Amino acid sequence: METALFYILAALAVLSALLVVANPFSRNPVTSAMFLVLTMVSLTGLFVLLHAFFLAAVQILVYAGAVMVLFLFVIMLLDLKEEERRRVRWTGLAAGLISVGTILTIFVLRLGEFEAGASAAPTLEGQTPELGRLLFERYLLPLEIVGVLLLVAMVGVVLLSKKELK
Amino acid sequence: MMDWIDNLNDPAQFALFSGVKILGVFSVLMFIVAYAVWVERKVAAAIQGRIGPNRAGPFGLLQPAADAIKAFLKEDFTPGHVRKVWYWLAPAIVMIPALLTSAVIPFGSQIGEQKMVIADLNVGVLYTFGIVSLGVYGIVLAGYAANSKYPFLGGIRSSAQMISYEIAMGLAVIPLFLWVGELNLSQIIQSQTGFVGWLPSALGGLRLPNWLAFQSPMLALSFFIFVVAAFAETNRLPFDMPEAEQELAGGYNVEYSSIKFALFFMGEYANMVAASAMMVTLFFGGWTLPWFGLDQPAAGLVGGLLHIGIFLGKMLCFVFLIIWVRWMWPRFRYDQLMDLGWRRFIPLALVNIVATALWLWWSA
Repeated sequence: METALFYILAALAVLSALLVVANPFSRNPVTSAMFLVLTMVSLTGLFVLLHAFFLAAVQILVYAGAVMVLFLFVIMLLDLKEEERRRVRWTGLAAGLISVGTILTIFVLRLGEFEAGASAAPTLEGQTPELGRLLFERYLLPLEIVGVLLLVAMVGVVLLSKKELK
Repeated sequence: MMDWIDNLNDPAQFALFSGVKILGVFSVLMFIVAYAVWVERKVAAAIQGRIGPNRAGPFGLLQPAADAIKAFLKEDFTPGHVRKVWYWLAPAIVMIPALLTSAVIPFGSQIGEQKMVIADLNVGVLYTFGIVSLGVYGIVLAGYAANSKYPFLGGIRSSAQMISYEIAMGLAVIPLFLWVGELNLSQIIQSQTGFVGWLPSALGGLRLPNWLAFQSPMLALSFFIFVVAAFAETNRLPFDMPEAEQELAGGYNVEYSSIKFALFFMGEYANMVAASAMMVTLFFGGWTLPWFGLDQPAAGLVGGLLHIGIFLGKMLCFVFLIIWVRWMWPRFRYDQLMDLGWRRFIPLALVNIVATALWLWWSA
């Protein structure tokens, strides 16, 4: 059951991720965005299969629920017609293929070192207090750094969206 | 019958009981949605000094059936300029999150061995917030699919409004988690049994139930922010910008007719019911009442049904409150809405978190 669900969800994630960037039926950015939402939802399913319920809930809450809604919001405010007419640029395509190829090579090389199915049983089991304790004790510094990063991004947005600096 | 159930293995029993619970919750939810529309029209009529629906059946009680038949039999007209795929998908996408939120709500204690909740998740509240945050897609896509100005403006407004108030809503319940120390909704209800301890005994018989909204001033503030955010999330007056009929001619659902329009309508009421259920569960003790030992899980069938009744009763009070407010308040202006969300409620909710944390630290 779980294996079948894994393959279904993984296939759905990969397929919808492909349709985000290369959809043969529609070149509409809103369609791409909605397929990205579908990718997020399939990833959530994979997290549930790993018993990481907290991550699954946060994935839906943050990515599908907030980030992608903002994406849609911005896409709808842009001029969609121009975007639909735009041709694929060869430089962009080549850069994309090269970066995907590099990441894939790293994955394959790294994964070759492990035996399939040899990973230990998940210890977190989606317990939210455990996760919180880990984040605020063992991984406090990385967490704070990410926080500062987000703050920097926020200050940047405020600065850019101000029409004139006084 | 009982032998047959006892002879099933565990997964089959689980599937059977879950199926029964899902069917039960779904039918009750749909029934409440249908009659919430009737209550809405009756309340509106009473407030405006009219009679309201009174033709179909006694007191117009068959009005929901008449509405449903009308919605199904009307011509399902698709305007020529809409984006077909999204036009068809949007009403469905509105309904799905509205129905999914009810999965984690404990609507009763237990009947026999069965807990009266479809999925007793450890991350219960986060699940609800996740699903609620998906609710905006249906409205945005409906606005986009319509491919005309007013629905589009409605869609844009709704996405901005729902994102803004989602933040306030999420921040508002953090003090509650700090206070209880649990995300699981059943555990949160467990922490609301008995009476509050802070009322002086000099008041004699006067006692308040130990519901979270009464346990501390911080939690009462949480509840206040949560209620306001819930109004904004369900697109109800005074925050119904996405469908402000006087300025947007109806907003995101302008181009829809017959059953597709009805689905938007049902989605709104289902969201209202879900929001009321969340308020009852988080702040008003869920299925518990502090009298007659009704705050402990029920032993028999009667007790179990009584708990479900208590839950439904509390929930319907909130549904009525939401309907009542709609006919009493004028609509906010859009900039006032954004100002209220970002510059009043979010800072207030943040201060509330710090205050609760300090209080718990000091009293620990």
